[in-house]
Formats: sequence, structure tokens, C-alpha cells
Amino acid sequence: MTTTSEPAASTSYTGHFRVWRGDTQGGELADFEVEVNEGEVVLDIIHRLQATQAPDLAVRWNCKAGKCGSCSAEVNGRPRLLCMTRMSVFTREETITVTPLRAFPVVRDLVTDVSFNYTKAREVPSFVPPPGVAPGEYRMMQEDVDRPQEFRKCIECFLCQDTCHVVRDHEENKGAFAGPRFLMRVAELDMHPLDAAADTGLDRKTTAQDEHGLGYCNITKCCTEVCPEGIRITDNALIPLKERAADRKYDPLVWLGNKIRRRGEQ
Amino acid sequence: MATGTEPDLKSTGGVRGPARASIAAPHLRTDRWWLPPAATAAGLLAFVVYSSWRAFSDADYYAAPYVSPFYSPCLAESCAPMKAGPNWELVGSWWPLSPALIILIFPLGFRLTCYYYRKAYYRGFWASPPACAVAEPHRTYSGETRFPLILQNLHRYFFYAAMLVAVVLSWDTILAFRDEHYDWGHMGLGTLVFLVNIVLIWAYTLSCHSCRHIVGGKLKHFSKHPVRYRMWQWVGRLNDRHMLLAWASLVSVAVADLYVYLVASGVFDDPRFF
Repeated sequence: MTTTSEPAASTSYTGHFRVWRGDTQGGELADFEVEVNEGEVVLDIIHRLQATQAPDLAVRWNCKAGKCGSCSAEVNGRPRLLCMTRMSVFTREETITVTPLRAFPVVRDLVTDVSFNYTKAREVPSFVPPPGVAPGEYRMMQEDVDRPQEFRKCIECFLCQDTCHVVRDHEENKGAFAGPRFLMRVAELDMHPLDAAADTGLDRKTTAQDEHGLGYCNITKCCTEVCPEGIRITDNALIPLKERAADRKYDPLVWLGNKIRRRGEQ
Repeated sequence: MATGTEPDLKSTGGVRGPARASIAAPHLRTDRWWLPPAATAAGLLAFVVYSSWRAFSDADYYAAPYVSPFYSPCLAESCAPMKAGPNWELVGSWWPLSPALIILIFPLGFRLTCYYYRKAYYRGFWASPPACAVAEPHRTYSGETRFPLILQNLHRYFFYAAMLVAVVLSWDTILAFRDEHYDWGHMGLGTLVFLVNIVLIWAYTLSCHSCRHIVGGKLKHFSKHPVRYRMWQWVGRLNDRHMLLAWASLVSVAVADLYVYLVASGVFDDPRFF
């Protein structure tokens, strides 16, 4: 083992952190000085705080690999996964502020109540199996499933829901607006080559607008900016869904064509 | 509360609402989040000021063989006569204002309802939101659910109109291969400016999200429409650069107009290559 003192001095330092501590009754940003080592992520530092200075600090986490979507929080005001935010992106002198997601009700410290998202998930009608095709007999061409497969990368971290100003800045819109994650789910199902919702009278293009609040989206792309999976939510899900809704609701030519076709079917 | 219900329009505080983590600051971002929306607003404002001046001026828009893209096609009787150029007196002699105002409605409408520009001006001018995770200043928000913003859904019609305008501008570019005496087979610096402009105009127009939807995005089964699938992929590749093309074509159309203005007003003569 070599005994050079230089590397040890440069790979470890004392970082300055401000972490929100509190609950539903109130709270504040608490200051901490904590050891930071090379290669660590913000979640490592939060764990070190728990181990050394704040044993009752609440934080939700699980896989520590950017795949479970549990450790969503805001670092220096930006919605991020704590486990995927490297300390090396900050300067050593910088004070790093960690807060819970600010679009959802707080439970304690860095933990928020994200049940809004589960409510919205339940409101999206699920996949409708095609009639006459048994499970296991589904056959699809790759080019037909490429689009929905991109959306299946979603880890449901809800960072997009958190950053979307429609609900983040306007609590009153939470009833009418499903948020980017669940509008993307509607798009995924509407683009699914075997989804037979239309045969049952469910027009996902129309319900995206009428029941899930697609019109509230003003495509400012924050959902895409924060997505840790790199899903192009706005360009590949929300805008195509808006165009599909426009087909149904704002395009007289398409409307007329559908009327004529339906008459022909009768 | 179920979806589809009318929201209570009384704002409830947003990030500073009673149930959220009690943090007084509207945002905690430490980067220069204000720079992109400020730069966007400045750029768009500069174009609006320049194009308004040029559109209302009704002068110096034709210097044979070049016609300013702001005045093409020229649909009023008051237009300068342009040999084999885009003189179509559809509107007649009653139109009292600059003829540019008639045709500019279409490219203006196309860009105003464009999905990229919507993001740009919602952020830059309306601060809705100013930047991601930065609280917006508005008490209520209804997005594009009501008049007038519900009209953003008309984007595809402006796309169709913009295609027609692009066809006319393409013809203008072909006409730019003449000299000032209308003899064919010549080229000047202006021809080059027009060529770059028309390539960027077409690239921006075809990279439009509505175009992507119309050529193939609306399909459920790409495998049954291989040609449209291929077209959708091509448009998709252009669409990836929609923001870049939006800015590049905005600058190029202003430069093409400025070039015509400078030549028409006698600031300099068009350098001829051959």
C-alpha cells in the first residue's frame, strides 16, 4: 500500500447541506456539515446524516440504482432522484439544499404523500384485451410497439408530476388534471396495437381531453426535463395525444369522415 | 374529487399551500434559471419589432429579382409589379394597408400555435411557468382549455397554410436565379440568402408536430403502412431539431427580408456571382 497523503485529501471533504426537517405542522431548513467522499450521490449523504447526526431524518428510498423511483426529492430546487444525483456535479463550497417534493402534501422530512398519483392511476381505464385472442397468443410487430415501449420505461418516480406547474402551482387543478405521467399512460394505451378500448365505446383520444385534463397541459416540457429515464414525454406522448384529441374534437374534416364511415357501417 | 369536474378557481397557494412542506421561497433553484426565458423573450421581441416595422412599412420589399418573404405572395392591387413574381391581386384595390399584413397572418399563425413557440412564449412572456420548479405568479390557471388558448388546437390548419406559403417562397427562390433584367441562369449573394432561407423554412415546416401526426403519427399500426411509417421516421428526425429549426428559420427569414431591404433601398448592390 502506498502512503501518499495527496489523494486522501482530495477525495474527501466536508460538504454544507440544508435539509428540510418538519411535518404537517411546519418545519424549516436545517443546516448540516457532513463528510462527502468521491463517487457518492446525494442519497449517500442523507444516509450519513441519518447515521451520524439526525437518526430520525425520514427519507423514502429503496433500490439506490435509479430504478424504483422512491427517493424523489428536490435538490437545489430541482426535482431529482437522490440516488442519481452525483455529488460531483456540485462545487465543494456550494451549500446543497434538499427538500421534499413540493407539489405533494408533506408527511415528514423528505417524505411526501404521493397518493394523488395512485388516485390518478386508477382513473385511467386499463388495457382492453382484443376479443378472440387469448393471453399468450398476442402477436405484435416491433414497429407497432416501439412507441408504447418507450413509455413503459417509466419508473413512476413522479418527478414529472411534481414539476408540472399545472398542479404544483395550482392545487385546485388536481381534480381535473391527471398529470404528465398518466396522460402518457393514456397515450401508451391509445398507441397500443392490441388495445380494443374503441370496440367497447371507450375513445381514449376524447377522454384524454374530457376526463384527464389534457387541455391543461401547455407543453412547457418540464416533465421531459426532469424525467430520469429520458422519456420524451412531451414530444412523444403529450403532443401526439393533443393531436389525436384535435382529430376528434377540432378537425371538422376528420369529424365528417367519421360520421360518414359510421353511417356506412349502420 | 373525480377527474372531469370543474376545478375550484380559487387558488390555494401552490407550493406554499397549507399541506405542502412549509418553505416560504417560491423556488430554491441556484442556477441561472432566468437566463433561457429572458434570452427567448429578448429574441422573440427583437423579431416582433423588426417584422412589425417591415410589415407596416409597405416599402423596399422588391429589388429585381428578389422579393421579401414578408411580402410574398403579394395579394393586394397596391403591390409592386414583379415580373413572373408572386403578384396575385386576390384582395383587390380596397385593401388600404400594407399587403404584407394579409399574407403574414398565415406564417404568424403557424408560429404562434407551434408547439415549440408555445413553450417559448408561455415561459418567456407569460411566466407560466418561468422555468421548471419555479413558482408562477398567476393565481389561477386554465391552460389551453378555454378561449382564446383553446384555439391552439388549430395548429394543423396553419400548417397547411404554411405549406402553401413555403411553395410560393420556393418559387421566389427559383426566380432569384435571374438577374436584374430578368434573364435566367444568374446567381447573386441574394440567391444564396434565399436558398438558405427556403431550406430552413421547409425544414421547420416539415418538422412540425402536426406534420408528424398527419404523415403517420395518428396510425395505430405502422406495420400496415410502411411508407407512412418511413415518412413518420423522417419527420421525427427533423422534429428532434424543431426548436433549432424554429430559431434558424426565424433568423433566416428576417435576414432574407433585410437583404432585400438593403438592396431595394440602395444601401448596396447585390454582388453577382455569374
